[in-house]
Amino acid sequence: MSIPIASSKGCFLALSIFFIIFSAHSQTTSPEEAQEIKEIEQEVIDDNGICFNCHGGKKYTYFNTWDERDVNALMNPYYVIDSLVYYDANHKTFRCSDCHSPDYETFPHDGELRMEWISTCMDCHEGDDDYKKYHFETIQEEFAKSAHSDKYDDVFTCWMCHDAHSYKLNARSELPIEDVIVYDNAICLGCHVGADRLSLLSDKEFDILEDHEWLPNQRLHFQNVRCIECHSELNDSLLVAHKILPKDDAVKKCVECHTTNSLLTASLYKFRLMNKYKPYGFSNPEILEVAYVIGATRNYFLDTISIVVFLIIMVGILIHASLRIFL
Amino acid sequence: MADKIYLYPLWLRIWHIFNALLYLLLILSGISLHFSDPEYPLIDFKTAVTMHDVSGILLALNYAIFVVLNVNLGNTRYYTFSWKGWPKRLLAQAKYYTVGVFKGEEPPFPISEKRKFNPLQKFSYIMVMYFFTPMVIITGIGLLFPGIVVNQIFETNGLYLTNIFHLITAYVVTMFLIIHVYFSTMGPKPTSYFKSMINGWHES
Repeated sequence: MSIPIASSKGCFLALSIFFIIFSAHSQTTSPEEAQEIKEIEQEVIDDNGICFNCHGGKKYTYFNTWDERDVNALMNPYYVIDSLVYYDANHKTFRCSDCHSPDYETFPHDGELRMEWISTCMDCHEGDDDYKKYHFETIQEEFAKSAHSDKYDDVFTCWMCHDAHSYKLNARSELPIEDVIVYDNAICLGCHVGADRLSLLSDKEFDILEDHEWLPNQRLHFQNVRCIECHSELNDSLLVAHKILPKDDAVKKCVECHTTNSLLTASLYKFRLMNKYKPYGFSNPEILEVAYVIGATRNYFLDTISIVVFLIIMVGILIHASLRIFL
Repeated sequence: MADKIYLYPLWLRIWHIFNALLYLLLILSGISLHFSDPEYPLIDFKTAVTMHDVSGILLALNYAIFVVLNVNLGNTRYYTFSWKGWPKRLLAQAKYYTVGVFKGEEPPFPISEKRKFNPLQKFSYIMVMYFFTPMVIITGIGLLFPGIVVNQIFETNGLYLTNIFHLITAYVVTMFLIIHVYFSTMGPKPTSYFKSMINGWHES
């Protein structure tokens, strides 16, 4: 029986693969649910309750002593603190009054209070052996050399990026890498896309998409790497680089990441490498957990087998050609 | 004087030369991307990406032209085969290539107007043109537009699987190309078959 190729098994397999690869675009497994709020001392929660009564939602109520009635008012959105986020963040064991004046417990707040001095990371963590592994001193040194510090030394504090009420460790966690990327990039985009926050420091306007027009597969890069992968200088002691580079010094050479000795292994995937993710024949398997990076995630077995087969073919051809000539 | 048959029409020769050139560009840029090394770049990464993308799109278009013309101009008949006695014919041809050719034996399936390919050629061409080339194009489209690839396939990164298929196919096609070029030297003269693909006339 004669079989036209159009109906051969080869075509069927190719079509099957086509449908497997391009069938309805599914979403990645949804991020793990937010970590369960650990048991916080009830006392802290009770103490903070007085603040969250007003600052925990969009609306607050107070008793107007002048005309003796309850008044509903809208809270300034910039002063709303989500208590669920707060009690999941790094400083969840803190009372509000640990950082803010206890005088805030009085309403209406004294106008002078806005002049209060707020401590920064180094005020608590400098020289603290309990936090040695975070290398706060090195972070401070690196930050001092960064573009942010150069331009806005006096006003640019840790809190500009690490919101005191919501900041939590991400890179140093077992969170899915996609979540780490989204979280960390949101820190940068908070200013570089959000004009409101940026206006505190500068009148500049950024167009992230236009500035990155040169970047191939822009969306894929934005989804799979953090801004700091290209916009910071690595420091071996730090898990997350804090020396943000001027725009012109950013990494622009594709091959810095797209190679077996990928820059990503010293930054985004450093924590996973430190925790020795199992290799299964790939270069940079920790990257492969979430992304395929051409040039960086290669399968040694496949490459070796292919090179061996290639050599066998070349030797075979050489022998065959020699026999044809000499026999 | 050697017998001559007009076996390769103009459209086929034009398609063939483009196919060969595009595959060469794809293999070179592909090797450069896959084994990229900042210190020893075969081709600059960005240039290699552009070269690979453009050549890939052109190869896909060229392939579409091949399929359409192959069907409409009757060339498909050379790509049909009968399962009956198929292994036997493959073995006979393989035996000729490994033994007979050195003894000066006549080929068991001489080329004629009705039989353009011997059984081994037919098998490998069918596999390359109707399985591996579509596969390399489909997976290539996936890598060119990564947004359309399913994120997870059986708990494995979809892009990674797409790339593995692309890579395996690319390796197979590269091996085929090397063997194909070598076998093209087995005409009456080492250059005969190369000339055939230029002037269309097959010499035997």
